[in-house]
Amino acid sequence: MNNDCLTRRQMLQRLGGIIGLAAVLPLPARSLARAQGLSAVANAPVSLTSAEAETLRAIIARIIPADENGPGALEARADRYIDRALAGALKNQRSTYAAGLAAIDAYAQSAKGSVFAKLSTSDQDLILTEIQSDRATGFAGGGSGQFFNLVRTHTIQGTFSDPFYGGNENFIGWDLIGYPGARVVVSPNLQRMDIKPESSRKSAYDYSMFIKGEF
Amino acid sequence: MATTLKKTNVVIIGLGAAGGVACLPLAQSGLEVIGLEAGSWLDTKDMAPDELKLNRGLWPPGPQKTKLEGITVRANDSQTATRVNHPMMNAVGGTSVHYWAQSWRLNPWDFKVRSETIRRYGPSRIPKGSTIEDWPLTYEELEPYYDKVEYEIGVSGKAGNIAGKKDERGNIFEGARKREYPLSPLRTSGYMEKMIAAAKSLGWHSFVAPAAITSRPYNGRPGCAYHGYCSGAGCHISAKSSTAVTTIPKAMKAGKFTVVTEARVTTIEVENNGRVSGVNYLKAGQEYFQPADAVLVASYAYENARLLLLSKSKAYPNGLSNNHHQVGKHYFSHNQGGAVSALFPFNLNNWYGTPAQGIAIDNWADDNFDHSGLDFIGGGNLYTYTERRPMAAINGVQAWMQGGPNWGSKWKAFVKENADRWNVAYLQKTTLPYEDNYLDLDPVVKDPLGFPVIRITAEYKDNERKIGTFIAEKMRQWYMAAGASRVNGDGNVAGSMFASTHAYGGTRMGDNPETNVVDRWGFSHEAPNLGILGGSVMGTSGARNPTQTLQALAWRTAEHLAQNWKNIVK
Repeated sequence: MNNDCLTRRQMLQRLGGIIGLAAVLPLPARSLARAQGLSAVANAPVSLTSAEAETLRAIIARIIPADENGPGALEARADRYIDRALAGALKNQRSTYAAGLAAIDAYAQSAKGSVFAKLSTSDQDLILTEIQSDRATGFAGGGSGQFFNLVRTHTIQGTFSDPFYGGNENFIGWDLIGYPGARVVVSPNLQRMDIKPESSRKSAYDYSMFIKGEF
Repeated sequence: MATTLKKTNVVIIGLGAAGGVACLPLAQSGLEVIGLEAGSWLDTKDMAPDELKLNRGLWPPGPQKTKLEGITVRANDSQTATRVNHPMMNAVGGTSVHYWAQSWRLNPWDFKVRSETIRRYGPSRIPKGSTIEDWPLTYEELEPYYDKVEYEIGVSGKAGNIAGKKDERGNIFEGARKREYPLSPLRTSGYMEKMIAAAKSLGWHSFVAPAAITSRPYNGRPGCAYHGYCSGAGCHISAKSSTAVTTIPKAMKAGKFTVVTEARVTTIEVENNGRVSGVNYLKAGQEYFQPADAVLVASYAYENARLLLLSKSKAYPNGLSNNHHQVGKHYFSHNQGGAVSALFPFNLNNWYGTPAQGIAIDNWADDNFDHSGLDFIGGGNLYTYTERRPMAAINGVQAWMQGGPNWGSKWKAFVKENADRWNVAYLQKTTLPYEDNYLDLDPVVKDPLGFPVIRITAEYKDNERKIGTFIAEKMRQWYMAAGASRVNGDGNVAGSMFASTHAYGGTRMGDNPETNVVDRWGFSHEAPNLGILGGSVMGTSGARNPTQTLQALAWRTAEHLAQNWKNIVK
């Protein structure tokens, strides 16, 4: 059941044909990445344009920021999760992202004179607050708040769902809230209140008994 | 043109919790049985502990008739019903594959709520407008079937009353049982032990609740691994005692029992003499007619009523077995609204476990306490359990933030601290049938085949609301005694009775054909070779999960059919 070491073929399958960055990472990071079976992926997105990806990364970095409580959504690679999902399970929302991300940049430009990613974090927070509360203009359909909620939901998914889906890198999301990882057998000690259970550092799909789904 | 198949003895429509049990005694009796199931066989390889996959609705695979035949809901006749999701799933084993597997017997009081209320408190205490009747059978008559189900599927628990001898380790309020559970209770977690201690400090009697999950290896299945991802999901090691891994495979080995999957039943055929002659179904675009000596309908409360109402004939112009206009009547869904939740100032370590791994208190359920000075009848079962998933943990935290943004550093800090510190209790409470709560066919909304969907017209009444307030206060006290810093929820029950996994009535069981669809054995008062299985025959809810009761009833109906075969099929 314990298959920390994935075969090269498995890893390539998970990477979806994208050349990994693992080779240029420092050794500890590389082994960590391997242990997760995720590896690092080149920053080139599979569904978003690079401009869209840059805006998205800046947004998710404010939704769950890296701070004194540890790394955030960007470090967990929630952007990679969203990018892959927009080519997979969430593909019918691809056009919503295209319109929404463009609208955020346009609004940032008109309100603060620059695209979203280039603003200071305090200006970014201000812009996101306006967007969330439907005060930003230029958004189609349900307004800016609806798009914000969509990105927030997907950022949470990308940070706290199983690392198989491309986010939650190094179990950043699960470590943040103390979830001790996927297991298929849980001992009585792991359910005690007087101990903090050690993380399994495993994805559900590190257990070979399960069939993998789509991103 | 429909293809007419070779006649069989019994057709069971739906192989879920009820039909999946009924097939066993029938197959064991030597009858030829065909089970028509709308879903397919599921594979444990698809049952990964994967929250996102479950949230995306990618499991269960296979045809989901429930998704195509959604329900419409309204509170009363003055409203227009709106479409809601169907709460059940289709597969061999039905919703017993993904249910929480809390496996209870009803209390003896639940079988005679009307007469016991009148005896103890007087006739004025029957709530206004309620159509409640005593069941045509007592707890004692159903006890042998509860016992058969517990031993056959594998239920874990601790008896609180064996032949009248009380045992504090079990539920001392339960009806007398013949013998101990086949399996010891599921183990306690640290959180459960905290709640046990809190109950004790209040002088309330707590116990580990019964579960249709194996606490140790049983009948070739392993014991529970407590790994989580149990509610709304299948068990990858088949420790959950669904009918798909217990009675159905056993029936297939025992006799002439054939499972036909992906079969979508449209109507039941009727002869001019009022007897049913078989079942029409669609499979892979092809129409079939399966003739049978007897038909058992086990397709869940909503589909049971719908199928009867759709099966119109000369003998039954208003729908099958509906010449007394009782199909769809006495409907109610379990009053589980008005959840109470708590925030604790310490981590609960509830990440693993199963929702059936829980602690219950029955002091305030049924008629276990004196209602003389109260203005309602019945009560609720207090229940708290383990199991927490990462994204659900984050969603649950939100209620405690009291405003402020749901993103950013402040939010992140709050989430980090509190993700494992909250708990929520869905309290199951006595619910009664009322004259203006019912099921019928929606006059407008149809499924893709053009058949009307079922419409729920039902709302909770004063009695349910009063229990809600009463029981929420008890739950609040329990949480506070365990050290909760904050408790939310006043037990307010919303007006409309929503589509529910605990749906009752619509084909109620009773001796009087003027007010009931089926007799004391579960057979139609009008069509003698038609049996009905499931919560739709139950006239009261009790304060606990219905599955084991409807399984005991299904066993009893199937056994009755086998033992009285010549009289019933003629």
